Amino acid sequence: MLEIKDLHATINGKEILKGINLTVKTGEVHAIMGPNGSGKSTLSNVLVGHPAYEVTKGSVMFNGKDLLALSPEDRSHEGLFLSFQYPVEIPGVSMVNFMRAAVNEKRKYMGQEPLSASEFLKLMREKRAVVELDNKLANRSVNEGFSGGEKKRNEIFQMAMLEPKLSILDETDSGLDIDALRIVAEGVNKLKTPETSCIVITHYQRLLDYIKPDIVHVLYKGRIVKTAGPELALELEERGYDWIKAEADTADR
Amino acid sequence: MKAEQQYIDLYTQCEAMIARHSSEVMNKPRAKAFADFRSLGFPTRKVEKYKYTDVAKLFEPDYGLNLNRLDIPVDSSEVFKCDVPNMSTSLYFMLNDGFDSRDLPKATLPAGVWAGSLKEFSTLHPELAEAHYGRLADTARDAVTALNTMLAQDGFVLYVPKGVVVERPIQLVNMLRSNVDFMVNRRVLIILEEGAQARLLACDHAMDRVKFLATQVVEVFVGENAVFDFYELEETHNNTVRFSNLYVHQAAGSNVLLNGMTLHNGITRNTTEVALDGRGAEVKMLGMAIGDKQQQVDNNTFIDHRVSDCTSTELYKYVLDDSAVGAFAGKVLVREGAQRTSSQQTNRNLCATREARMYTQPQLEIYADDVKCSHGATVGQLDDNALFYMRQRGIAEREARLLLMFAFVNEVIDEIRLDALKDRLHLLVEKRFRGELNKCQGCAMCK
Repeated sequence: MLEIKDLHATINGKEILKGINLTVKTGEVHAIMGPNGSGKSTLSNVLVGHPAYEVTKGSVMFNGKDLLALSPEDRSHEGLFLSFQYPVEIPGVSMVNFMRAAVNEKRKYMGQEPLSASEFLKLMREKRAVVELDNKLANRSVNEGFSGGEKKRNEIFQMAMLEPKLSILDETDSGLDIDALRIVAEGVNKLKTPETSCIVITHYQRLLDYIKPDIVHVLYKGRIVKTAGPELALELEERGYDWIKAEADTADR
Repeated sequence: MKAEQQYIDLYTQCEAMIARHSSEVMNKPRAKAFADFRSLGFPTRKVEKYKYTDVAKLFEPDYGLNLNRLDIPVDSSEVFKCDVPNMSTSLYFMLNDGFDSRDLPKATLPAGVWAGSLKEFSTLHPELAEAHYGRLADTARDAVTALNTMLAQDGFVLYVPKGVVVERPIQLVNMLRSNVDFMVNRRVLIILEEGAQARLLACDHAMDRVKFLATQVVEVFVGENAVFDFYELEETHNNTVRFSNLYVHQAAGSNVLLNGMTLHNGITRNTTEVALDGRGAEVKMLGMAIGDKQQQVDNNTFIDHRVSDCTSTELYKYVLDDSAVGAFAGKVLVREGAQRTSSQQTNRNLCATREARMYTQPQLEIYADDVKCSHGATVGQLDDNALFYMRQRGIAEREARLLLMFAFVNEVIDEIRLDALKDRLHLLVEKRFRGELNKCQGCAMCK
C-alpha cells in the first residue's frame, strides 16, 4: 500500500527527516513511537503534503502512484487520511457543508455522481453513530467550541465518512480521558477492514491496548531506529526511550 | 474648482427647469444648497472624512442628466425580475432618479401608509413633507448632500403613521438606465411615526454598459418605539460610482437595523449618520463588501449618542481580492450626560492578495463616565491551517478558499431578519465568490 524510501524532508531549511524507510502492506497496522522531536508529526505532515515541508530526497509510492507528485486534495481522494493532532477550528463553515464538499469532491474524482441531500444526511447519521458523535456537534461550525475529546471523535467521524485506504492517526490519544480514548479507538477498529491500513503515531502504549499494531517502529532523530512486533511497545512503556537513544547514538558513532 | 464649475453652471442655467419638474417642498432648499455647494466645494482627500475617496475626480467627468424629465420608455417589471423568490414584497421601481409610477404593486398597504413618489407626496402633503425634508441632511456640512439637494427632482417616500405595522416588506428597486454616461440624483424620505413598524429593501442595479454617477440622500425619521429594518444591496457594474448619504434620527425606544451590502460595484462611498436622540433607542449597523478588480468601497459611519441608555452595535466585514480597496471609518460620539451608553464596533477584513488594500479607522469620543464602549478592527488573510485542513479532507484549494470567504461574510448575512432575503443572499454571495456575478443577477437585461 505504502512504500517510503530514503525520505528526507526539511522545514524552514532545517532537516527533520533523514532517510525514512517504511513499507506498510494492505491490512496492516503500524505503530510509530518515539521521543518528542523525533520527527513523527513531520512524517505524517509530509505524507499528506503540508506545504510548509519540503521533501529534499527519497520517494513515496502509494498504491502504485507517486504520492509526492499529488496535491494534498488528490492524496485525500486517493485514500490517504490524517487524523490531526490539533484539529483546526473553522468558524462559519458548518460540519454539514464541510463534509458535503469533501465527500462530493472525492466522488467527483472517482467519477461518481454527487450524493443527493437526503443520501448525504443518511450517510452522516450512519457514520455519526460510529463515534457516538452528537447531532448537535454535526450542526455546528467545524470543531468550533468542541472539547478536546469531541475534536478527536470528530476526526474519526470524518474518517468514517471518507472511508480512506490508509489512515494516519497522529497522537489521536493526546488529551483524551479514558472513556473518550475507548470510544475513539473502538471507532477506528470498527472502520478497520482487511483492505485498509493504519499508521498510529503515539507516545504511549495505552492507545495500542485498544488498537493492536502488527508492527512497531521507533523514530529517533529523523530515522527509524528500531522495528519489531507489538512487544516493543510494551518494552518501551516499561523502560522508556533512553536505551533506544543510547543504542542509536552508539550506532551513529 | 474645475469639477465644481460644471455643476454651478448647470444649476445657474437650469434652475427653472429643475424646479418646474419637481415640487415646492423640494424646491425650497435649493437656493441655500446651491450657496452651500459653492462655498464648500468638493472635499479634497485632506479632509479626514474623505481621505479614501477622491470626490472631485469622480464628479469631474461630463455626465448627462435628465433634468427635463424626458420619458424613458422602459417597462420596469419587464426588464427587472429580481423579486427575491419566496419573499412577497410590495415592489416599487425608481428609474434613474424618477419614481416609476407605471408599475405599482397590486397589494395594498395598510390604511394611511404612503409609499411612492416623493414629488407627488410632497405636493399632496406639503406640511408633512416640509417638516421632514432636508431636516437631517444638512447642506452646509456636506458638498454631496448640497449637490443632491440642488439637483434632485424626485425620489421615494415611505410614510407610516402612528402605530401602524407594515407586515409585508417593501422593496425598492433602483435601476440605472441610459445610453450615454449618466448622472442621477435620487432622494429618499422615510418617516415612521410613534410605534410604527416597517421593513425596506432597496437594491441598486446598473443596467447599461455606460458610466453612471449616482448620488442618493436618504433621510430616516424613526419615532418613539418605532421599528425599522433597512437593507441596501448594491449590485452595479464596474463603471458605476455611488455616493450615498444616509441620515437617521431615532426617538426614544426605537429600534433600527441598517444593513448595507456591496455585492458588486465600481466605486462606492456610503456615509451613514445615526442620531440616537431619545432614551433607550437602539441601532444595529451591519455592512458587507465584496470587492475585486479595481473596485472601491468606502463606508463612513457616525453614531451620535445624544442621550442616556442607548445602544449601538456595528459590524462591518470586507473581503478584498485583486487590487480592490476598502475603507471603513467609524466614529462614535458619546455626549455629556449620555450615561449607560452601550456601543460596540467591529470591523473585520480579509485581503486575499498582496495588492488588495484595507484602511480601517475606529474613532471614539466619549464625554460621559458610565459607558460601555468597545471597538475592534482586524485585517488578515485566510487561515492557512484551515485551508490545509480542508485540502486534506479532499476539498480543492479554490473551493476551500471560497468556503472560508463565504464563512467570513456569513456573520453579516445571518443578521438579516427576512429569511427569504437571507437565503437569496447566501446564493448571491456564493455566486459572487465564484465569479458568476459580474452582472446584476436579477435583471432580464443581463441574462
